[in-house]
Amino acid sequence: MGNVPSAVKHCLSYQQLLREHLWIGDSVAGALDTAQETSQLSGLPEYVKIVEVGPRDGLQNEKVIVPTDIKIEFINQLSQTGLSVIEVTSFVSSKWVPQVAAGATEISVFGAASESFSKRNINCSIEESMEKFEEVVKSARHMNIPARGYVSCALGCPYEGNITPQKVTEVSKKLYGMGCYEISLGDTTGVGTPGSMKRMLESVMKEIPSSALAVHCHDTYGQALANILTALQMGINVVDSAVSGLGGCPYAKGASGNVATEDLIYMLNGLGLNTGVNLYKVMEAGDFICKAVNKTTNSKVAQASFNARLE
Amino acid sequence: MTQVSTSSLGTFPKQVKIVEVGARDGLQNEKNIVSTSTKIKLIDMLSEAGLPVIEATSFVSPKWVPQMADCAEVLKGIQKFPGINYPVLTPNIKGFQAAVAAGAKEVTIFAAASELFTKKNTNCSIDESLQRSDDIFRAARAAGIPVRGYVSCVLGCPYEGKISPAKVVEVTKKIYSMGCYEISLGDTIGVGTPGVMKDMLSAVMHEVPVSALAVHCHDTYGQALANTLMALQMGVSAVDSSVAGLGGCPYAQGASGNLATEDLVYMLSGLGIHTGVNLQKLLEAGTFICQALNRKTSSKVAQAICKL
Repeated sequence: MGNVPSAVKHCLSYQQLLREHLWIGDSVAGALDTAQETSQLSGLPEYVKIVEVGPRDGLQNEKVIVPTDIKIEFINQLSQTGLSVIEVTSFVSSKWVPQVAAGATEISVFGAASESFSKRNINCSIEESMEKFEEVVKSARHMNIPARGYVSCALGCPYEGNITPQKVTEVSKKLYGMGCYEISLGDTTGVGTPGSMKRMLESVMKEIPSSALAVHCHDTYGQALANILTALQMGINVVDSAVSGLGGCPYAKGASGNVATEDLIYMLNGLGLNTGVNLYKVMEAGDFICKAVNKTTNSKVAQASFNARLE
Repeated sequence: MTQVSTSSLGTFPKQVKIVEVGARDGLQNEKNIVSTSTKIKLIDMLSEAGLPVIEATSFVSPKWVPQMADCAEVLKGIQKFPGINYPVLTPNIKGFQAAVAAGAKEVTIFAAASELFTKKNTNCSIDESLQRSDDIFRAARAAGIPVRGYVSCVLGCPYEGKISPAKVVEVTKKIYSMGCYEISLGDTIGVGTPGVMKDMLSAVMHEVPVSALAVHCHDTYGQALANTLMALQMGVSAVDSSVAGLGGCPYAQGASGNLATEDLVYMLSGLGIHTGVNLQKLLEAGTFICQALNRKTSSKVAQAICKL
């Protein structure tokens, strides 16, 4: 990927896709997947927004370069599933104005709770990155373009190890203060466990309302769904995931695997929570992209279901 | 009944007993047969890793489960570490007698919360299967041998679909009263999710003390660790798992994958819960058995750390 001065993400919201790209079919209204069980844990949010990062975070970290027409088909399929936010692509450059001209309806900025990670990922200190983001976010807001903030290494850093909840809070607060409508807290290398998730969220939620927070858990150590359950229990109701568990992070060596959207939906459905997303359609999109990049899915739900079909 | 508030997440047991089922439940469901010496070495390595309970083998007819044909040799051949229990599965009185003759100090018996599953698995009804177990309970009592019970299909059945918590309670209560010191509630095909786990446990805990309960979650749909976390929040402090996530169930078509012990230990360790298990040594045991079975580990922790 090379050294980049700042990372700006171009994100087409689902509504934007519908408005601008009429070739996406009519049946995109999220068919409410009836919950498998009517039981619901008390204290959980009624509705969970899933932010699908497969086409960006996922594909960005797959070895095979995916041709544009495949990407478009993939995103089209995802748009039919009911997902309301699909992270589409990434313009990794400080010159973000062209992206806005190209129709971006949302931008994202990527901060980190670790100095080492920040230096190695975007070649500047946390403080320097915040200054740059502030410019970007303020200008975007001036143009009525919402900005989403990401905080990497929220539960640990591949270089520094332990990351204090206080540091995560400090960085998140800065991003929120400069105008990001939502802060996605990322367990970049998947080292977190429910205890560290809880401690981190407790700290961040003292400064930022839970309605402005999201979690972005990696499944590198198999902890993602347990960590997400913990976040839900604490009142978080926005979760990032990637269909088929695509991708990882090139800057965190050994890190692999966003949590699979299929497995997340399976859990949320079972909990009786609304997502607006059709699990079967997501599985089909997952099947499509895995065949296209020639890899086996990382989703256990997909593995179990496709195996069952074969028998 | 334990009062549980999902908003207060501080309610975890200080200590969790991990029941390692890889050598039995795991190996039983692996296609490749491994030698007796490999099985013995695996169990010895698991003992070295500090697992407090290691299910060693099954005294089942080799016709049904060829992998367990060497049960007596395995039980006799393993090192018996002080402080570690080595229960063996005994599906019938014949198996029980053979187990005792081979030196078994603890046995496990099976039941299911589904009539169809029981019919397909053991060719009889739940009631009949419990009657058969009665012989074992009597003999075990006479010999001073503790009995652990398994209840399969507690969160769903491959044949019946939904399983009511009431049915799980009925079967669990029965085998508890027959003499099981502990009952492991198994999500045999991994279909459960945390809410369903909570509902089932709430119902069971009305009738059986939580200290006598364990959970046995399969990871077929990736839900095992989240379900286990819920069980811990409910006060359960005994969890079954399988090194490298070995095994599944041949009677539940498509089912695969016990929860991997390494991934469980990683979570418990992160929560500050004491298990007595040395993760490094556990990883070594996992690497060893996967090489012997010529298969990749199903443990994400092992994949991340050992780059497998």
